[in-house]
Amino acid sequence: MPSQAVASAVSRPQPRYVEDVVRAAVVLTMFWGIAAFLAGVVIASQLVWPQLSFDSEYLTFGRLRPLHTSAAIFAFGGTALIGTAFHVVQRTCRARLFGGAPLGWFVLLGYQLFIVLAATGYLMGITQSKEYAEPEWFVDLWLTVVWVAYLIAYLGTVMKREEPHIYVANWFYLAFIITIAMLHIVNNLAMPVSIVGSKSYVAWAGVQDAMIQWWYGHNAVGFFLTAAFLGMMYYYIPKAANRPIYSYRLSIVHFWSLVFLYIWAGPHHLHYTSLPDWAQTLGMVFSVMLWMPSWGGMINGLMTLSGAWDKLRTDPGLRFSVTAVGFYGMATFEGPVMSIKAVNSLSHYTDWTIGHVHSGALGWVAFIVFGTTYYLVPHLWNRPGMWSTRLMGWHYWIATIGIVLYITAMWVSGIMQGLMWRAYDELGFLQYSFIETVAAMKPFYAIRLLGGVFFLTGGLLMAYNMWRTIRGEPARVPAAQPALAA
Amino acid sequence: MTLESFNQIATSVWTVWAVLVFTGIVSWALRPANRGRFEQASRIPFDEE
Repeated sequence: MPSQAVASAVSRPQPRYVEDVVRAAVVLTMFWGIAAFLAGVVIASQLVWPQLSFDSEYLTFGRLRPLHTSAAIFAFGGTALIGTAFHVVQRTCRARLFGGAPLGWFVLLGYQLFIVLAATGYLMGITQSKEYAEPEWFVDLWLTVVWVAYLIAYLGTVMKREEPHIYVANWFYLAFIITIAMLHIVNNLAMPVSIVGSKSYVAWAGVQDAMIQWWYGHNAVGFFLTAAFLGMMYYYIPKAANRPIYSYRLSIVHFWSLVFLYIWAGPHHLHYTSLPDWAQTLGMVFSVMLWMPSWGGMINGLMTLSGAWDKLRTDPGLRFSVTAVGFYGMATFEGPVMSIKAVNSLSHYTDWTIGHVHSGALGWVAFIVFGTTYYLVPHLWNRPGMWSTRLMGWHYWIATIGIVLYITAMWVSGIMQGLMWRAYDELGFLQYSFIETVAAMKPFYAIRLLGGVFFLTGGLLMAYNMWRTIRGEPARVPAAQPALAA
Repeated sequence: MTLESFNQIATSVWTVWAVLVFTGIVSWALRPANRGRFEQASRIPFDEE
Protein backbone atom coordinates (compact mmCIF):
# COMPACT_ATOMS: atom_id res chain seq x y z
CA MET A 1 0.00 0.00 0.00
CA PRO A 2 1.38 3.41 -0.94
CA SER A 3 0.63 5.03 2.43
CA GLN A 4 2.68 2.47 4.32
CA ALA A 5 5.54 2.65 1.87
CA VAL A 6 5.76 6.42 2.33
CA ALA A 7 5.52 6.16 6.09
CA SER A 8 8.32 3.62 6.41
CA ALA A 9 10.52 5.56 4.01
CA VAL A 10 10.46 8.71 6.12
CA SER A 11 10.53 7.20 9.62
CA ARG A 12 12.05 4.08 11.09
CA PRO A 13 10.31 0.79 10.20
CA GLN A 14 7.13 0.28 12.24
CA PRO A 15 6.21 -3.06 13.77
CA ARG A 16 3.20 -4.50 12.04
CA TYR A 17 0.19 -4.51 14.31
CA VAL A 18 -2.43 -7.24 14.65
CA GLU A 19 -5.42 -5.54 13.09
CA ASP A 20 -7.60 -8.33 11.68
CA VAL A 21 -8.76 -9.15 15.21
CA VAL A 22 -9.65 -5.50 15.78
CA ARG A 23 -11.58 -5.35 12.48
CA ALA A 24 -13.54 -8.47 13.40
CA ALA A 25 -14.27 -7.03 16.84
CA VAL A 26 -15.63 -3.82 15.30
CA VAL A 27 -18.07 -5.76 13.09
CA LEU A 28 -19.09 -8.07 15.94
CA THR A 29 -19.66 -5.08 18.21
CA MET A 30 -22.11 -3.68 15.68
CA PHE A 31 -23.89 -7.03 15.43
CA TRP A 32 -24.23 -7.41 19.21
CA GLY A 33 -25.30 -3.80 19.52
CA ILE A 34 -28.27 -4.40 17.21
CA ALA A 35 -29.07 -7.64 19.05
CA ALA A 36 -28.99 -5.90 22.44
CA PHE A 37 -31.12 -2.94 21.30
CA LEU A 38 -33.60 -5.33 19.68
CA ALA A 39 -33.86 -7.45 22.83
CA GLY A 40 -34.45 -4.24 24.77
CA VAL A 41 -37.25 -3.21 22.42
CA VAL A 42 -38.83 -6.67 22.76
CA ILE A 43 -38.90 -6.63 26.56
CA ALA A 44 -40.03 -2.98 26.63
CA SER A 45 -42.96 -4.08 24.41
CA GLN A 46 -43.73 -6.92 26.81
CA LEU A 47 -44.07 -4.41 29.63
CA VAL A 48 -46.66 -2.52 27.57
CA TRP A 49 -48.36 -5.65 26.15
CA PRO A 50 -47.70 -8.60 28.50
CA GLN A 51 -49.37 -11.00 26.05
CA LEU A 52 -46.25 -10.70 23.87
CA SER A 53 -44.60 -13.50 25.84
CA PHE A 54 -47.08 -15.79 24.00
CA ASP A 55 -47.32 -18.03 27.08
CA SER A 56 -43.99 -19.54 26.13
CA GLU A 57 -41.46 -20.20 28.88
CA TYR A 58 -38.64 -19.29 26.47
CA LEU A 59 -40.06 -15.81 25.87
CA THR A 60 -40.94 -14.75 29.40
CA PHE A 61 -39.70 -11.36 30.57
CA GLY A 62 -37.68 -13.10 33.29
CA ARG A 63 -35.58 -14.98 30.73
CA LEU A 64 -35.36 -12.23 28.11
CA ARG A 65 -34.29 -9.46 30.50
CA PRO A 66 -30.88 -11.00 31.37
CA LEU A 67 -30.52 -11.71 27.64
CA HIS A 68 -30.90 -7.96 27.02
CA THR A 69 -28.59 -6.81 29.85
CA SER A 70 -25.88 -9.34 29.00
CA ALA A 71 -26.13 -8.59 25.28
CA ALA A 72 -25.73 -4.87 25.99
CA ILE A 73 -23.00 -5.03 28.63
CA PHE A 74 -20.99 -8.14 27.84
CA ALA A 75 -21.63 -8.76 24.14
CA PHE A 76 -21.81 -5.20 22.77
CA GLY A 77 -19.68 -3.45 25.41
CA GLY A 78 -17.26 -6.31 26.04
CA THR A 79 -16.51 -7.01 22.37
CA ALA A 80 -15.93 -3.29 21.80
CA LEU A 81 -13.52 -3.25 24.74
CA ILE A 82 -11.53 -6.28 23.58
CA GLY A 83 -11.16 -4.82 20.09
CA THR A 84 -10.23 -1.31 21.17
CA ALA A 85 -7.96 -2.54 23.97
CA PHE A 86 -5.91 -4.49 21.42
CA HIS A 87 -5.88 -1.49 19.09
CA VAL A 88 -4.90 1.06 21.74
CA VAL A 89 -2.28 -1.06 23.50
CA GLN A 90 -0.41 -1.84 20.26
CA ARG A 91 -0.50 1.76 19.08
CA THR A 92 0.46 3.46 22.34
CA CYS A 93 3.14 0.89 23.17
CA ARG A 94 4.35 0.75 19.57
CA ALA A 95 4.54 -3.03 19.94
CA ARG A 96 2.86 -5.94 18.21
CA LEU A 97 0.26 -7.76 20.29
CA PHE A 98 1.87 -10.29 22.62
CA GLY A 99 1.09 -13.78 21.37
CA GLY A 100 0.34 -12.28 17.96
CA ALA A 101 -2.78 -12.95 15.95
CA PRO A 102 -3.39 -16.47 17.37
CA LEU A 103 -3.74 -15.24 20.97
CA GLY A 104 -5.79 -12.25 19.80
CA TRP A 105 -8.19 -14.51 17.90
CA PHE A 106 -8.42 -16.90 20.82
CA VAL A 107 -9.47 -14.08 23.15
CA LEU A 108 -12.00 -12.59 20.74
CA LEU A 109 -13.57 -15.86 19.56
CA GLY A 110 -13.40 -17.45 23.00
CA TYR A 111 -15.30 -14.48 24.33
CA GLN A 112 -17.92 -14.88 21.58
CA LEU A 113 -18.37 -18.50 22.62
CA PHE A 114 -18.90 -17.31 26.21
CA ILE A 115 -21.63 -14.94 25.00
CA VAL A 116 -23.43 -17.64 23.01
CA LEU A 117 -23.24 -20.17 25.88
CA ALA A 118 -24.55 -17.59 28.36
CA ALA A 119 -27.35 -16.31 26.11
CA THR A 120 -28.69 -19.70 25.06
CA GLY A 121 -28.55 -20.78 28.69
CA TYR A 122 -30.78 -17.90 29.80
CA LEU A 123 -33.44 -18.85 27.27
CA MET A 124 -33.40 -22.44 28.53
CA GLY A 125 -33.66 -21.29 32.13
CA ILE A 126 -30.04 -22.04 33.08
CA THR A 127 -29.05 -19.26 35.47
CA GLN A 128 -27.58 -18.74 38.92
CA SER A 129 -29.88 -15.72 39.35
CA LYS A 130 -27.18 -13.22 40.27
CA GLU A 131 -27.56 -9.83 38.59
CA TYR A 132 -25.02 -9.40 35.73
CA ALA A 133 -23.52 -12.75 36.82
CA GLU A 134 -26.26 -15.09 35.59
CA PRO A 135 -24.09 -17.62 33.70
CA GLU A 136 -23.70 -20.98 35.43
CA TRP A 137 -20.44 -22.51 36.66
CA PHE A 138 -19.24 -24.12 33.40
CA VAL A 139 -19.67 -20.85 31.49
CA ASP A 140 -17.91 -18.97 34.31
CA LEU A 141 -14.94 -21.34 34.12
CA TRP A 142 -14.65 -20.85 30.36
CA LEU A 143 -14.78 -17.06 30.76
CA THR A 144 -11.99 -17.30 33.33
CA VAL A 145 -9.76 -19.08 30.79
CA VAL A 146 -10.51 -16.48 28.11
CA TRP A 147 -10.02 -13.60 30.53
CA VAL A 148 -6.61 -14.82 31.71
CA ALA A 149 -5.57 -15.09 28.04
CA TYR A 150 -6.82 -11.52 27.55
CA LEU A 151 -4.71 -10.34 30.51
CA ILE A 152 -1.64 -12.17 29.20
CA ALA A 153 -2.03 -10.67 25.72
CA TYR A 154 -2.52 -7.18 27.12
CA LEU A 155 0.13 -7.25 29.83
CA GLY A 156 2.61 -8.98 27.51
CA THR A 157 2.21 -6.18 24.98
CA VAL A 158 2.71 -3.54 27.68
CA MET A 159 5.83 -5.33 28.90
CA LYS A 160 7.49 -5.49 25.49
CA ARG A 161 6.59 -1.88 24.63
CA GLU A 162 8.98 0.36 22.74
CA GLU A 163 7.48 3.50 24.23
CA PRO A 164 8.99 3.99 27.71
CA HIS A 165 5.91 5.60 29.26
CA ILE A 166 2.66 3.63 29.66
CA TYR A 167 0.00 5.93 28.21
CA VAL A 168 -2.93 6.62 30.57
CA ALA A 169 -5.54 4.79 28.44
CA ASN A 170 -3.63 1.56 29.13
CA TRP A 171 -3.91 2.13 32.87
CA PHE A 172 -7.68 2.24 32.58
CA TYR A 173 -7.88 -0.86 30.36
CA LEU A 174 -5.51 -2.77 32.63
CA ALA A 175 -7.45 -1.86 35.79
CA PHE A 176 -10.56 -3.11 34.01
CA ILE A 177 -9.05 -6.45 33.02
CA ILE A 178 -7.51 -7.16 36.45
CA THR A 179 -10.48 -6.04 38.54
CA ILE A 180 -13.04 -7.93 36.44
CA ALA A 181 -10.96 -11.10 36.86
CA MET A 182 -10.98 -10.67 40.65
CA LEU A 183 -14.70 -9.84 40.85
CA HIS A 184 -15.73 -12.62 38.49
CA ILE A 185 -13.84 -15.33 40.37
CA VAL A 186 -14.92 -14.35 43.89
CA ASN A 187 -18.58 -13.68 43.09
CA ASN A 188 -18.99 -16.90 41.10
CA LEU A 189 -17.38 -19.37 43.53
CA ALA A 190 -19.90 -22.20 43.44
CA MET A 191 -20.30 -25.93 43.94
CA PRO A 192 -21.84 -27.77 40.97
CA VAL A 193 -24.43 -30.39 41.89
CA SER A 194 -22.89 -32.78 39.37
CA ILE A 195 -20.06 -32.60 36.88
CA VAL A 196 -22.48 -33.23 33.99
CA GLY A 197 -25.28 -30.95 35.19
CA SER A 198 -25.68 -27.21 34.81
CA LYS A 199 -26.99 -26.50 38.31
CA SER A 200 -24.68 -25.21 41.04
CA TYR A 201 -24.94 -23.60 44.46
CA VAL A 202 -23.08 -20.37 45.18
CA ALA A 203 -20.51 -20.59 47.98
CA TRP A 204 -21.86 -17.53 49.78
CA ALA A 205 -25.06 -17.31 51.75
CA GLY A 206 -27.35 -14.69 53.27
CA VAL A 207 -26.18 -11.12 53.67
CA GLN A 208 -22.60 -12.07 52.78
CA ASP A 209 -23.87 -13.31 49.43
CA ALA A 210 -25.78 -10.07 48.91
CA MET A 211 -22.74 -7.96 49.77
CA ILE A 212 -20.37 -9.95 47.56
CA GLN A 213 -22.91 -9.84 44.73
CA TRP A 214 -23.13 -6.02 44.87
CA TRP A 215 -19.43 -5.62 45.48
CA TYR A 216 -19.23 -7.46 42.14
CA GLY A 217 -22.22 -5.69 40.61
CA HIS A 218 -21.22 -2.15 41.34
CA ASN A 219 -17.62 -2.69 40.35
CA ALA A 220 -18.81 -4.21 37.10
CA VAL A 221 -20.34 -0.77 36.60
CA GLY A 222 -17.20 0.93 37.93
CA PHE A 223 -14.51 -1.02 36.12
CA PHE A 224 -16.29 -2.57 33.11
CA LEU A 225 -18.72 0.20 32.17
CA THR A 226 -16.70 3.15 33.47
CA ALA A 227 -12.94 2.64 33.71
CA ALA A 228 -12.62 0.63 30.51
CA PHE A 229 -14.64 3.07 28.43
CA LEU A 230 -12.61 5.91 29.95
CA GLY A 231 -9.60 4.17 28.43
CA MET A 232 -11.44 4.48 25.13
CA MET A 233 -12.09 8.18 25.83
CA TYR A 234 -8.45 8.91 26.66
CA TYR A 235 -7.25 7.54 23.34
CA TYR A 236 -9.99 8.10 20.76
CA ILE A 237 -11.15 11.62 21.71
CA PRO A 238 -7.61 13.04 21.40
CA LYS A 239 -7.21 11.14 18.11
CA ALA A 240 -10.51 12.34 16.65
CA ALA A 241 -10.02 15.92 17.87
CA ASN A 242 -6.36 15.78 16.85
CA ARG A 243 -5.17 17.35 20.07
CA PRO A 244 -3.67 15.85 23.21
CA ILE A 245 -5.72 15.34 26.35
CA TYR A 246 -6.45 18.62 28.17
CA SER A 247 -4.50 17.72 31.31
CA TYR A 248 -2.40 14.60 31.61
CA ARG A 249 -1.85 15.11 35.34
CA LEU A 250 -5.61 15.36 35.86
CA SER A 251 -5.92 12.02 34.07
CA ILE A 252 -3.51 10.47 36.58
CA VAL A 253 -5.46 11.85 39.53
CA HIS A 254 -8.69 10.77 37.80
CA PHE A 255 -7.44 7.20 37.43
CA TRP A 256 -6.10 6.69 40.94
CA SER A 257 -9.02 8.31 42.73
CA LEU A 258 -11.48 6.13 40.76
CA VAL A 259 -9.48 3.03 41.64
CA PHE A 260 -9.23 3.96 45.33
CA LEU A 261 -12.90 4.90 45.72
CA TYR A 262 -15.01 2.73 43.42
CA ILE A 263 -14.40 -0.57 45.17
CA TRP A 264 -16.19 0.66 48.32
CA ALA A 265 -19.42 1.92 46.74
CA GLY A 266 -21.24 -1.44 46.39
CA PRO A 267 -23.25 -1.33 49.66
CA HIS A 268 -25.43 1.50 48.30
CA HIS A 269 -27.34 -1.26 46.45
CA LEU A 270 -28.38 -2.67 49.84
CA HIS A 271 -29.75 0.34 51.73
CA TYR A 272 -32.36 -0.54 54.37
CA THR A 273 -31.61 -4.28 54.14
CA SER A 274 -30.09 -6.59 56.75
CA LEU A 275 -26.64 -5.31 55.78
CA PRO A 276 -25.14 -3.57 58.87
CA ASP A 277 -25.91 0.12 58.99
CA TRP A 278 -22.25 1.19 59.09
CA ALA A 279 -21.63 -0.67 55.80
CA GLN A 280 -24.58 1.10 54.17
CA THR A 281 -23.29 4.48 55.31
CA LEU A 282 -19.79 3.62 54.10
CA GLY A 283 -21.17 2.75 50.67
CA MET A 284 -23.09 6.02 50.56
CA VAL A 285 -20.11 8.16 51.60
CA PHE A 286 -17.78 6.60 49.03
CA SER A 287 -20.43 6.95 46.32
CA VAL A 288 -20.76 10.67 47.04
CA MET A 289 -16.97 11.08 47.02
CA LEU A 290 -16.86 9.44 43.58
CA TRP A 291 -18.55 12.50 42.19
CA MET A 292 -15.24 14.42 42.29
CA PRO A 293 -13.05 12.12 40.17
CA SER A 294 -15.96 11.52 37.80
CA TRP A 295 -16.38 15.18 37.09
CA GLY A 296 -12.62 15.64 36.92
CA GLY A 297 -12.59 13.06 34.15
CA MET A 298 -15.54 14.66 32.39
CA ILE A 299 -13.85 18.08 32.43
CA ASN A 300 -10.68 16.47 31.08
CA GLY A 301 -12.57 14.90 28.17
CA LEU A 302 -14.61 17.98 27.32
CA MET A 303 -11.75 20.49 27.63
CA THR A 304 -9.71 18.45 25.16
CA LEU A 305 -12.03 20.02 22.61
CA SER A 306 -11.11 23.58 23.61
CA GLY A 307 -10.02 25.38 20.47
CA ALA A 308 -11.51 22.61 18.32
CA TRP A 309 -15.20 22.93 19.11
CA ASP A 310 -15.93 23.62 15.43
CA LYS A 311 -15.11 19.95 14.76
CA LEU A 312 -18.39 19.01 16.44
CA ARG A 313 -20.23 20.63 13.57
CA THR A 314 -18.43 18.66 10.88
CA ASP A 315 -17.65 15.36 12.60
CA PRO A 316 -20.73 13.56 13.99
CA GLY A 317 -18.44 10.77 15.26
CA LEU A 318 -16.66 13.19 17.58
CA ARG A 319 -20.05 14.64 18.51
CA PHE A 320 -21.07 11.16 19.70
CA SER A 321 -17.95 10.84 21.88
CA VAL A 322 -18.30 14.31 23.38
CA THR A 323 -22.01 13.84 24.11
CA ALA A 324 -21.03 10.53 25.73
CA VAL A 325 -18.70 12.39 28.09
CA GLY A 326 -21.58 14.77 28.89
CA PHE A 327 -23.81 11.81 29.74
CA TYR A 328 -20.96 10.34 31.80
CA GLY A 329 -20.99 13.53 33.86
CA MET A 330 -24.77 13.46 34.17
CA ALA A 331 -25.02 9.79 35.15
CA THR A 332 -22.16 10.09 37.65
CA PHE A 333 -23.92 13.06 39.24
CA GLU A 334 -27.25 11.26 39.44
CA GLY A 335 -25.67 8.08 40.86
CA PRO A 336 -24.20 9.67 44.02
CA VAL A 337 -27.48 11.52 44.60
CA MET A 338 -29.40 8.23 44.39
CA SER A 339 -26.94 6.55 46.78
CA ILE A 340 -27.90 8.97 49.58
CA LYS A 341 -30.10 6.92 51.88
CA ALA A 342 -32.94 9.45 52.05
CA VAL A 343 -33.11 9.67 48.24
CA ASN A 344 -32.65 5.93 47.90
CA SER A 345 -35.68 5.26 50.10
CA LEU A 346 -37.73 6.87 47.33
CA SER A 347 -35.78 5.74 44.26
CA HIS A 348 -34.84 2.14 45.09
CA TYR A 349 -36.79 -0.64 43.33
CA THR A 350 -38.47 1.95 41.07
CA ASP A 351 -38.06 2.75 37.37
CA TRP A 352 -35.84 5.70 38.32
CA THR A 353 -33.00 3.17 38.69
CA ILE A 354 -33.70 1.81 35.20
CA GLY A 355 -33.64 5.38 33.84
CA HIS A 356 -30.33 6.04 35.59
CA VAL A 357 -28.77 2.85 34.25
CA HIS A 358 -29.83 3.74 30.71
CA SER A 359 -28.53 7.29 30.83
CA GLY A 360 -25.22 5.58 31.57
CA ALA A 361 -25.59 2.64 29.19
CA LEU A 362 -27.10 4.44 26.20
CA GLY A 363 -25.69 7.91 26.77
CA TRP A 364 -22.20 7.08 27.95
CA VAL A 365 -21.29 3.51 26.93
CA ALA A 366 -23.13 3.19 23.61
CA PHE A 367 -22.34 6.74 22.49
CA ILE A 368 -18.60 6.44 23.19
CA VAL A 369 -18.63 3.12 21.28
CA PHE A 370 -20.45 4.78 18.35
CA GLY A 371 -17.98 7.68 18.33
CA THR A 372 -15.02 5.31 18.50
CA THR A 373 -16.42 3.02 15.80
CA TYR A 374 -17.02 5.95 13.44
CA TYR A 375 -13.34 6.81 13.92
CA LEU A 376 -12.11 3.21 13.65
CA VAL A 377 -13.96 1.99 10.55
CA PRO A 378 -12.38 4.41 8.03
CA HIS A 379 -9.06 4.08 9.86
CA LEU A 380 -8.96 0.26 9.88
CA TRP A 381 -10.31 -0.30 6.36
CA ASN A 382 -8.29 2.56 4.90
CA ARG A 383 -11.22 4.64 3.66
CA PRO A 384 -11.30 8.44 3.37
CA GLY A 385 -14.23 8.56 5.79
CA MET A 386 -17.58 6.97 6.50
CA TRP A 387 -19.76 6.34 3.45
CA SER A 388 -22.28 8.98 4.51
CA THR A 389 -21.68 11.79 7.01
CA ARG A 390 -25.34 12.80 6.71
CA LEU A 391 -26.43 9.36 7.88
CA MET A 392 -24.10 9.72 10.86
CA GLY A 393 -25.86 12.99 11.68
CA TRP A 394 -29.25 11.31 11.43
CA HIS A 395 -28.03 8.51 13.69
CA TYR A 396 -26.84 11.07 16.22
CA TRP A 397 -30.14 12.92 16.47
CA ILE A 398 -32.40 9.86 16.38
CA ALA A 399 -30.36 8.17 19.11
CA THR A 400 -30.22 11.34 21.23
CA ILE A 401 -33.99 11.86 21.03
CA GLY A 402 -34.42 8.17 21.87
CA ILE A 403 -32.33 8.54 25.04
CA VAL A 404 -34.16 11.69 26.12
CA LEU A 405 -37.56 9.97 25.66
CA TYR A 406 -36.31 6.95 27.57
CA ILE A 407 -34.80 8.65 30.61
CA THR A 408 -37.45 11.35 31.06
CA ALA A 409 -40.21 8.70 30.90
CA MET A 410 -38.41 6.64 33.53
CA TRP A 411 -37.84 9.65 35.82
CA VAL A 412 -41.52 10.52 35.83
CA SER A 413 -42.64 6.91 36.09
CA GLY A 414 -40.09 6.04 38.80
CA ILE A 415 -40.73 9.01 41.05
CA MET A 416 -44.49 8.54 40.66
CA GLN A 417 -44.12 4.86 41.49
CA GLY A 418 -42.03 5.63 44.60
CA LEU A 419 -44.48 8.26 45.81
CA MET A 420 -47.48 5.96 45.25
CA TRP A 421 -45.80 3.13 47.20
CA ARG A 422 -45.30 5.34 50.25
CA ALA A 423 -48.65 7.17 50.18
CA TYR A 424 -50.89 6.61 53.23
CA ASP A 425 -54.51 7.60 53.75
CA GLU A 426 -55.81 9.35 56.89
CA LEU A 427 -56.30 5.99 58.66
CA GLY A 428 -52.70 4.91 58.07
CA PHE A 429 -53.47 2.37 55.35
CA LEU A 430 -51.49 2.25 52.11
CA GLN A 431 -53.38 4.41 49.65
CA TYR A 432 -52.66 2.36 46.52
CA SER A 433 -52.62 -1.33 45.81
CA PHE A 434 -49.58 -2.58 43.87
CA ILE A 435 -51.56 -3.15 40.67
CA GLU A 436 -52.71 0.49 40.70
CA THR A 437 -49.07 1.60 40.59
CA VAL A 438 -48.47 -0.78 37.67
CA ALA A 439 -51.44 0.59 35.75
CA ALA A 440 -50.25 4.17 36.33
CA MET A 441 -46.90 3.37 34.70
CA LYS A 442 -48.31 2.07 31.42
CA PRO A 443 -48.18 5.35 29.41
CA PHE A 444 -44.55 5.85 30.45
CA TYR A 445 -43.69 2.30 29.41
CA ALA A 446 -45.08 3.15 25.98
CA ILE A 447 -42.90 6.31 25.79
CA ARG A 448 -39.87 4.25 26.87
CA LEU A 449 -40.61 1.74 24.12
CA LEU A 450 -40.71 4.57 21.58
CA GLY A 451 -37.33 5.79 22.86
CA GLY A 452 -35.93 2.28 22.45
CA VAL A 453 -37.27 2.01 18.90
CA PHE A 454 -35.54 5.32 18.07
CA PHE A 455 -32.26 4.05 19.49
CA LEU A 456 -32.53 0.76 17.56
CA THR A 457 -33.32 2.66 14.33
CA GLY A 458 -30.18 4.74 14.83
CA GLY A 459 -28.18 1.55 15.29
CA LEU A 460 -29.53 0.14 12.02
CA LEU A 461 -28.55 3.33 10.17
CA MET A 462 -25.06 2.94 11.59
CA ALA A 463 -24.82 -0.72 10.57
CA TYR A 464 -25.85 0.17 7.00
CA ASN A 465 -23.37 3.04 6.86
CA MET A 466 -20.65 0.75 8.16
CA TRP A 467 -21.43 -1.95 5.62
CA ARG A 468 -21.33 0.55 2.74
CA THR A 469 -18.05 2.02 4.02
CA ILE A 470 -16.35 -1.35 4.31
CA ARG A 471 -17.66 -2.56 0.95
CA GLY A 472 -16.60 0.66 -0.83
CA GLU A 473 -13.38 1.41 -2.64
CA PRO A 474 -10.24 1.88 -0.51
CA ALA A 475 -8.89 5.41 -0.41
CA ARG A 476 -6.50 6.23 -3.25
CA VAL A 477 -4.61 8.80 -1.20
CA PRO A 478 -4.12 8.38 2.54
CA ALA A 479 -6.32 10.67 4.60
CA ALA A 480 -4.47 13.92 5.23
CA GLN A 481 -2.99 14.11 8.72
CA PRO A 482 -3.04 17.77 9.79
CA ALA A 483 -0.14 18.80 12.02
CA LEU A 484 -0.78 18.41 15.70
CA ALA A 485 -2.01 21.63 17.28
CA ALA A 486 0.10 22.92 20.14
CA MET B 1 -2.98 -12.58 69.08
CA THR B 2 -6.57 -13.40 68.19
CA LEU B 3 -7.88 -13.03 64.68
CA GLU B 4 -10.21 -10.22 65.83
CA SER B 5 -7.41 -8.10 67.30
CA PHE B 6 -5.21 -8.72 64.26
CA ASN B 7 -8.07 -7.67 62.02
CA GLN B 8 -8.49 -4.43 63.96
CA ILE B 9 -4.82 -3.54 63.67
CA ALA B 10 -4.72 -4.54 60.02
CA THR B 11 -7.67 -2.33 59.02
CA SER B 12 -6.14 0.68 60.81
CA VAL B 13 -2.73 0.13 59.25
CA TRP B 14 -4.30 -0.39 55.85
CA THR B 15 -6.26 2.86 56.07
CA VAL B 16 -3.14 4.87 56.93
CA TRP B 17 -1.17 3.08 54.18
CA ALA B 18 -3.87 3.75 51.54
CA VAL B 19 -4.04 7.44 52.48
CA LEU B 20 -0.23 7.75 52.30
CA VAL B 21 0.01 6.02 48.92
CA PHE B 22 -2.79 8.12 47.48
CA THR B 23 -1.27 11.37 48.79
CA GLY B 24 2.05 10.30 47.29
CA ILE B 25 0.50 9.65 43.88
CA VAL B 26 -1.34 13.00 43.82
CA SER B 27 1.73 14.99 44.87
CA TRP B 28 3.78 13.17 42.24
CA ALA B 29 1.16 14.04 39.61
CA LEU B 30 1.04 17.69 40.65
CA ARG B 31 4.80 18.18 41.11
CA PRO B 32 5.87 21.08 38.83
CA ALA B 33 9.10 19.26 37.91
CA ASN B 34 7.04 16.54 36.20
CA ARG B 35 5.24 18.96 33.89
CA GLY B 36 7.50 18.29 30.92
CA ARG B 37 7.35 14.51 31.06
CA PHE B 38 3.54 14.54 31.32
CA GLU B 39 3.32 16.90 28.36
CA GLN B 40 5.44 14.43 26.40
CA ALA B 41 3.30 11.51 27.58
CA SER B 42 0.11 13.22 26.42
CA ARG B 43 1.51 13.21 22.87
CA ILE B 44 2.03 9.43 22.73
CA PRO B 45 -1.14 8.81 20.67
CA PHE B 46 0.27 11.05 17.94
CA ASP B 47 3.76 9.52 17.83
CA GLU B 48 2.80 6.23 16.23
CA GLU B 49 2.20 7.05 12.58
